[in-house]
Amino acid sequence: MTSNLVLALTIGALFACGIYLMLSRNLIRVLLGFLLAGHAVNLLLLASGTGGVPPIVGQAKDGEAMADPIPQALILTSIVIGLAVSTFLLAMAYRNYQVTKEPEIPEELEDSEYAGSDPSGGDE
Amino acid sequence: MTWLLPLAVILPLAGAGVTLVASRRPRVQRVISVGVLATQLLVELTMLLQVTANGTMVMHVGGWTAPFGITLVADELAAFMLVVSSIVALTVLIYAISQGMADESETPETPVSIFHPTFLILATGVTNAFLAGDLFNLFVSFEILLTASYVLLTIGGTRERLRAGAPYIVVSLLSSLIFLAAIAMIYAATGTVNMADLSVKLPQVAPGIVATLQAMLLVAFGVKAAVFPMSAWLPDSYPSAPAPATAVFAGLLTKVGIYAIIRVQTLLFPPGSFGTLLMIAALLTMLVGILGAIAQSGIKRILSFTLVSHIGYMLFGIALASETGLGAAIYYVAHHILVQAALFLGAGMIERVAGTTVLARVGGLAAAAPVLAILFFIPAMNLAGVPPLSGFLGKVGLFEAGVQDGRVLALILVAGGALTSLLTLYAIVRVWGRAFWRPVPEVMDPEDERDALQTESGRPLAVRRRAQQEARRRVASEEAARLPIGMVGATTAIVAIGLLLTFAAGPIYALTDQAAANLMDRSVYVDAVLDAGIPAPPGASGQGSGP
Repeated sequence: MTSNLVLALTIGALFACGIYLMLSRNLIRVLLGFLLAGHAVNLLLLASGTGGVPPIVGQAKDGEAMADPIPQALILTSIVIGLAVSTFLLAMAYRNYQVTKEPEIPEELEDSEYAGSDPSGGDE
Repeated sequence: MTWLLPLAVILPLAGAGVTLVASRRPRVQRVISVGVLATQLLVELTMLLQVTANGTMVMHVGGWTAPFGITLVADELAAFMLVVSSIVALTVLIYAISQGMADESETPETPVSIFHPTFLILATGVTNAFLAGDLFNLFVSFEILLTASYVLLTIGGTRERLRAGAPYIVVSLLSSLIFLAAIAMIYAATGTVNMADLSVKLPQVAPGIVATLQAMLLVAFGVKAAVFPMSAWLPDSYPSAPAPATAVFAGLLTKVGIYAIIRVQTLLFPPGSFGTLLMIAALLTMLVGILGAIAQSGIKRILSFTLVSHIGYMLFGIALASETGLGAAIYYVAHHILVQAALFLGAGMIERVAGTTVLARVGGLAAAAPVLAILFFIPAMNLAGVPPLSGFLGKVGLFEAGVQDGRVLALILVAGGALTSLLTLYAIVRVWGRAFWRPVPEVMDPEDERDALQTESGRPLAVRRRAQQEARRRVASEEAARLPIGMVGATTAIVAIGLLLTFAAGPIYALTDQAAANLMDRSVYVDAVLDAGIPAPPGASGQGSGP
């Protein structure tokens, strides 16, 4: 399989931007980052197969290579999973906004055990 | 009997659908989810008996032969893990139902009707992960169980749970992306994602590429298993979840990661590769985890850190890559699933009885709730590895394998493991001593201390608050007498099954050793998958599986 420089660079750039965005405390940024990085992985999956005419028996003329259908099946599955996770993240971002009135996840941990471990931080 | 394999996956999935439809009928939901998980346990027990009697079971879903279709495989390891995980899922479900988490809400707007469907989907994901015969199906199972776990972790959508859930979700998403990228590269390198097929084809790939692929998979699974440099998310997120969710996460989710590491290390990659690195990671996981546990002041946090710490033992057994090491590691996984789940269930009951799990504020529980004291004490000692319990047997097995191995690093790990075991004893006895043995604490919480400092002006306030607390404690101790029977029963069951690992250690060790032997000899798995009844198609051996 020959590799495609443009594709490789695109995948790299998408990954870098995606991971950078996912490092944020802002859930919408996390969502966007996840989508970008998800696209990067899908492109990577696409690049793992061979291209050619549609893989339907009788469609290919003699000597023509058929496309590898498996990566496309994998990508479809991965897109569906990405959809589910994205909706969850959206719901979570909305809920977080409802509760905190901010787009970001609060910085400090708030469970009782954590608060209890720090006598100076008992301001509630 | 291969129809048992898809049945074990379909049962909870179908149950999830039905309980979702019946979301307004809590009683129907409860009956269905308990029934489904109990049936699943029976199916898996039958599967385990079949596998031990007749060898690995393989099912090509839809009749598509091995390297192309989706393959479900149950060998001894998978079947054994399935049985243990189903036991935990079932007991935790009964505990949750009894606790009332599933039917009455903690906050008014809690969408609790989704608890049962989500829990069953989690069970589906775990089952499918153990049965998956190809990497992509393993990825899909991970996503199923992770998505369910996101919902369970943030159930109720309170500020605290959203805060605790966010890092877990982001970290899990990232590890899934790494896993999927690794699958893409493996497919590019070999033209297959079927694990048995990969076992044959990966040795033909250049060693540098194989090492890269292996590193990516180990990172992806290491995050899920909470192996040291990638473990910080766990103690941050688990303590805030409801007790049953924490118990089932602690029991199952990290162990699915460990299972995946065992599978790829033994089946796909050269034996013993990355051994040194894994041993160092195991040592650091044990020590850093247990030191973290000692520094904590809340029971659930201490338990979360011991969970991380003991992942190190399993990784140690895997890193040795010997039959004895693997056998002991598998035994240890089963032991740890049961013990850690029991401890978290115990912590949930402590919270219910005492109103808090902060160590400074609980006390006198041995008198207030003697049954709870016993139910917490047995798994606590078991976790620390006090002889003759299963924790001790598992550790002895691992140490034996380490000494057999003879490398300096392995011996250091044996010493580190013994040290971790002692420190675990210290950490867990601290919990026991404070929460159960000592009288109700005289120590005031921070609010009282502040009030006490301003004695003149604040006296009435402090007095009033103390009176309130006394009242609360009285209520709490009355409550203690009435712990719901289901909670006690479920915890008793899981503790008893944990003890069974001790009393039936002989046959169970024989089983795990057999599982390890079959893992070490790859041909058992590969032959079972690649010539399972249906003849392999002529093109199966070629590079690139396009038709």
